[in-house]
Amino acid sequence: MRATAGRDAAPLAVEAMARGHRLRAWELAPWLIAVLAYFVFPSYLALGSQILISILFALSIDLILGYAGIVTLGQSAFFGAGAYTAGLLAAHGWGEPLTALGAAALVAAALGFLSGAVILRTKGLSLLMLTLVIAAMLQEAANKAGGITGGADGLQGMEVWPVLGLFPFDLYDRTAYLYSLAVLFLAWLAARRLVHSPFGRSLTGIRENEARMHAIGSPVFRRRLAIYTIAAALAGIAGALLAETTQFVALDVLGFERSGSALIMLIIGGVGRLYGPFIGVPLYMIAQDRFAQADPVYWDFWIGLLIIIVVIFARRGLLGLAEQLLQKARRKP
Amino acid sequence: MSAALETHGLCKSFGALTVANAIDLRLERGARHALIGPNGAGKTTFVNLVTGVLAPSAGRILLEGADVTALPQAQRVKRGLTRTFQLNTLFRGLSVLENVCLAVRERLGLAGDMHRPAGSRRSVLDAAYAALERLGIADEAPRLVRELPYGRQRLVELAVALGLEPKVLLLDEPAAGVPSAESGIIVEVIESLPAEIALLIIEHDMDLVFRLARRITVLVQGAVLVEGTPQEIAADPRVREVYLGETARR
Repeated sequence: MRATAGRDAAPLAVEAMARGHRLRAWELAPWLIAVLAYFVFPSYLALGSQILISILFALSIDLILGYAGIVTLGQSAFFGAGAYTAGLLAAHGWGEPLTALGAAALVAAALGFLSGAVILRTKGLSLLMLTLVIAAMLQEAANKAGGITGGADGLQGMEVWPVLGLFPFDLYDRTAYLYSLAVLFLAWLAARRLVHSPFGRSLTGIRENEARMHAIGSPVFRRRLAIYTIAAALAGIAGALLAETTQFVALDVLGFERSGSALIMLIIGGVGRLYGPFIGVPLYMIAQDRFAQADPVYWDFWIGLLIIIVVIFARRGLLGLAEQLLQKARRKP
Repeated sequence: MSAALETHGLCKSFGALTVANAIDLRLERGARHALIGPNGAGKTTFVNLVTGVLAPSAGRILLEGADVTALPQAQRVKRGLTRTFQLNTLFRGLSVLENVCLAVRERLGLAGDMHRPAGSRRSVLDAAYAALERLGIADEAPRLVRELPYGRQRLVELAVALGLEPKVLLLDEPAAGVPSAESGIIVEVIESLPAEIALLIIEHDMDLVFRLARRITVLVQGAVLVEGTPQEIAADPRVREVYLGETARR
């Protein structure tokens, strides 16, 4: 190492970057809490599974919005495609849950690739509208194809087999919870690996300055399409999880509301950090659950108030706020 | 031996407006060449045509003798053609080091890797750090670009380009926006660039041009007015009239 005076800080920067991908202790906190919750709140496992599935769905949005800067309101297209894939398989005699997850991921990825190849050529508002259009088209198609999907009545007659042939889905949602938790954990590991990889870093570059990425020779369109496809697969897995754990698929899996609320949950938690969904989704869904019990008529109002407070006081989400406070605390002494 | 960069009859028009009119330019290997001209002469258009941001209406672009006119921007970069921007075009929310790392990874063809952690390749980090050292901004490595003063950001702009190890480097007004007291640092940095890189400096600032360039091309209304050594250009009456004269009158 060169020992020129005044240069000490910089090789430290190199060291810090070389270590940047290592797992830190706090990253295990969500998983400890999730396992604890299983024992502490055994009667809330249905809500718990919903939360885990929504975290996975929001994580898929974080990958494209937070890392590649692609704004979408149509991620439910892939969620729904995954849900119907798993649902139709289980309704037609193939109830093995893991292979159905894989099939759902493939179908959603194919859909993401094909639609992405067209719509990712646009930007900004046009892109936002086109993501909406894709989801709306799929929902209408599922509605029309009532003979296959059950239409507005939902898909009936799903029979999901025990996970790994050992753990049947039970009335108390124990299997549903642990199964969702295991899938979410693996997906998180994969997403984490991805964002710390050179590919993930180049996505951040595209978000920060697309013109410069072109100028340093990056195949921007291809990178965008790749992450759009991967995120679609993750959303498809989330959809399949919902279908398998509830043994039912309704048209709303493709609906705009699911994309919109997941986006809100992600923004509450913080975008582009991989951990935003782990904060925003539980907060939103638990608040929703509590408000709905305390005030069954006007609970929407309280959710709205919560969102306004977050937007005013924590523009970069709760994680952004926490980071700001930490930096302030460090500067003081 | 073929030139580092050549353009033959490069034209670009938007409807009736011609912004590049049959531009012939030859940039020798290791050249220190300046492209000057009054505002609106088409200098930046020329950069955009050469780098592939704009498609020419007619003409050819040769990079080390190979025709690259039809190649997309990224492919030209892979062949050693790099540019910097008149206005800083950086990854403002990322560290200075990461800014250069992104370029180094693209050059080495590692940027699409989805598996290995980005930080685990020491060769990338070391190459990026070396580029910062060369420009004297290694101390800034861990800082976010947006936290740096504009003049320092100008140097990062150069460092990102150097991370690509270009054969031909187009510098679009490298000292633009920098107070004159600081532009000396930028001139020194450009003077210290490796001799084998062919430099085309698009500039407004005459002091800077006459300090750096060994050949000068004058562009007026999208066409080449004259090309020559700095002495020839300074003595040319037509240049005085359209360019230097205009400056003197101001």
